[in-house]
Amino acid sequence: MAGKGADTKDFLDFVYSFHESMEQHKVLLVYEGEITHQITKAFTSLTENNMEVEEEAHSTQKKVFHVMVECLQNVGKHAENYRKNESRKDGKGAFLLSRTEEDYFITTGNKVNSEKVSEMVEVLEKINSLDRDGLKKLYKLQIREGRLSNKGGAGLGFIDIAKKTGNSLNYKFIPINSDFSFFVLSCKISRNNN
Amino acid sequence: MEVIKIVGTDDTPSVTFDAANEIFEVSGRSLPEDVAAFYEPILEWLERYSEEAIAKTVFNFKLVYFNTASSKMLLDILLKLEEMYESGKDVLVRWHFPEDDEDMEEAGEEYADIVEVPFEQISYPMD
Repeated sequence: MAGKGADTKDFLDFVYSFHESMEQHKVLLVYEGEITHQITKAFTSLTENNMEVEEEAHSTQKKVFHVMVECLQNVGKHAENYRKNESRKDGKGAFLLSRTEEDYFITTGNKVNSEKVSEMVEVLEKINSLDRDGLKKLYKLQIREGRLSNKGGAGLGFIDIAKKTGNSLNYKFIPINSDFSFFVLSCKISRNNN
Repeated sequence: MEVIKIVGTDDTPSVTFDAANEIFEVSGRSLPEDVAAFYEPILEWLERYSEEAIAKTVFNFKLVYFNTASSKMLLDILLKLEEMYESGKDVLVRWHFPEDDEDMEEAGEEYADIVEVPFEQISYPMD
């Protein structure tokens, strides 16, 4: 937090540049912290109300809602907090909702164990290489053969997002240190698809 | 058999299982905090019911939204119904979807492909 003198000034400047960045990137909603079920419900219902007021197409509203739930639950379930020796808490991460004339973007960022990166890249690349029919097939295979993990995930989130949005998953892994990487996932939902 | 009557919330569906009155319905929204805990009693009830199923079980799904974790549990319900059907019981699944909701319609088609059970798709108008 802000200290005295120069620190305080830096912090106040940070708030202004933060505000400017958010405007520049057309961010409607931004959050950094633990992603709980309550947060997921609050953000989705807020966004639903806003889209309703702005008379967004019904199909777009549904897709935005759907992708928000999947993305927020992914972070809540899979983010590595690296607070060792602490009973498991909800995953921490960043969440951003932004909107341009043509699209909505739902973006999350969270720490993941570096050991998982290659496996995740493989899954994401596979999903991005498939067309609609391929995604439908993969979804059916996974729902039949996958098992619910102890975190309550079905391994279907990424596949479902790609299938419902019709857009590929834009992602990046940024190494933090030898143990952890920062995983950024940005999902695009076109506003004029119906 | 006892009646299951769960009133829906903004993140859990309404569930009515009433064998005496021949009502089997799951409707509304499903994104519970703990999917397994929510669906377990429902699956257990179906398991017991399958042994004494009435002449014809018409099972209605009328969901407006479900997350991927729930989709797995819905498949478990359908697999239970498939088991009943394969053991010679008369079962019909009716999948209701809002007429403008292609994703919900497609979800029904996908389930119909996966499970071997009589399956009807029914669209209904939105208010």
